Amino acid sequence: MQPETPAHPPAGSPVLEARGIVKRFGAVTAVDGISIEVRAGTVTAILGPSGSGKSTLLRCLNFLEIPDKGEVLFEGAPVRARDRDLDGLRSRVGMVFQQFNLFPHLLVWENVALAPRVIRKLPRHEARDLALGLLARVGLSDKAEAHPQELSGGQQQRAAIARALAMQPAALLFDEPTSALDPELTGEVLAVMRTLAEEGMTMVVVTHEVAFARAVAHEVVFMDAGQVVERGPPSQVIDHPSNERTIRFFCR
Amino acid sequence: MIGPDGKLSPGNVGRLSRAPWWLLALALGGTIFAWRAATSQVYAEILVRILSGLGVTLAVTAIAFPLAIALGLATALGLVSPSPVRRNIATLYVQVARGVPILVQIFIVAFVLVPLGVDALHWTGGGSGALSGLRASDVPMGARVVAALVCAYGAFEAETVRGGLTSLARGQAEAARALGLSQRQALRHVLLPQTFRRILPTLGNDLISLLKDSSLVSVLGVRDITQEARLYASSTFRYTESLTLLALLYLALTLLLALGVKSLEHRYRRHAA
Repeated sequence: MQPETPAHPPAGSPVLEARGIVKRFGAVTAVDGISIEVRAGTVTAILGPSGSGKSTLLRCLNFLEIPDKGEVLFEGAPVRARDRDLDGLRSRVGMVFQQFNLFPHLLVWENVALAPRVIRKLPRHEARDLALGLLARVGLSDKAEAHPQELSGGQQQRAAIARALAMQPAALLFDEPTSALDPELTGEVLAVMRTLAEEGMTMVVVTHEVAFARAVAHEVVFMDAGQVVERGPPSQVIDHPSNERTIRFFCR
Repeated sequence: MIGPDGKLSPGNVGRLSRAPWWLLALALGGTIFAWRAATSQVYAEILVRILSGLGVTLAVTAIAFPLAIALGLATALGLVSPSPVRRNIATLYVQVARGVPILVQIFIVAFVLVPLGVDALHWTGGGSGALSGLRASDVPMGARVVAALVCAYGAFEAETVRGGLTSLARGQAEAARALGLSQRQALRHVLLPQTFRRILPTLGNDLISLLKDSSLVSVLGVRDITQEARLYASSTFRYTESLTLLALLYLALTLLLALGVKSLEHRYRRHAA
């Protein structure tokens, strides 16, 4: 647990790389030839206006959207869009969704324990211990036996983060994790994410929380209309943007 | 109807109007009938005769229903499959099985497909060993009827399961796959458990329909409760008593099933989401 200061991004090896990703939906090009590199232990924040292709880019990283062009490398090796490759990649790269997407037919701890039980074939009690440990990390020890629907939005999202951590991923993808939450609940989720970042978790975060990006991210990628407009440390992109589009976005 | 508060069904009405009067009326009628039956030698005789077919009725239903669900599940997975071959085969089956009356399907299975199948078995040389002397007439009518009911109901269940599967939020499948679960694992641990909770009411209705449609086995002479009632009635000309008793027996069975389904539904409702 070494807290990283955003000013000095650790020079870890790249965990995830995207090269020349293109994704079209019909006539719309959502992602237009983007390359990014996510180094171990760093937080990459993807910012930009709605519809700029942020989420699509993120979803291309674990192939929830299959890119039309370009390649994704995980720990240096190219990932092919074949089922077995993808299952391997996905069990090593956790994802947190805007709508939480907890499984309503399972208890909270069972949500967290599912992947270890099914994929790693962990015995029930071991998976349960693992789940309880992760729930404690996100402050939900007392909700382990609850059903997801009984939780507040913020609690659901924290449970979803615990679920994403259950396979001990090399990186976590966050797709607008606080956009479905009211301001009061946003804080508790951001706090958990911040703790994870300080513990050295590699994270890619699509978000509208500029303050969070400024405080936690090592690199900010600003997107507009499917392209990267500006990228660099938050002190540069957010505080001293050089591009006209970026300036307009941050000087609201 | 939808009340002023936007709620469906009775909603905010008095206690008296919410009581299950229909059940009361039914119970009253049943009691009167039971009292008459209990005091009458004729009814007792008919009841004993009809009940001798109860095992067949229940067995046909109990065997055909799980098989129909299994067939429906497999077909539903075909209906939502990305493979055009599977999709078209599944669609063809559903459309044919839904478009032909069950009674006609029973005749076709019993008198066309089973003889054809036995011929094909011998022709391909598959009928070796224990099956070498198999003739179409060796296949019991009960088995043919069950096969036909499975065929007919498999198509209903396929549509039910497909409807349930596609009604789940897209995020459920995404979350499962994003965890690294394979397609099969995602279906088994995430999608199908939710689907079955969701379609439980429909499955219950289908089970009740199947129990009633099991009466069609009587056209092949299989001695279920309907066949027993018909045989008794035609030999004694006591049509009124026999058929009334038969109808009441079906009613009692379907009401019992409905209650069972209701309590299952109640158990799962909270977490079906």
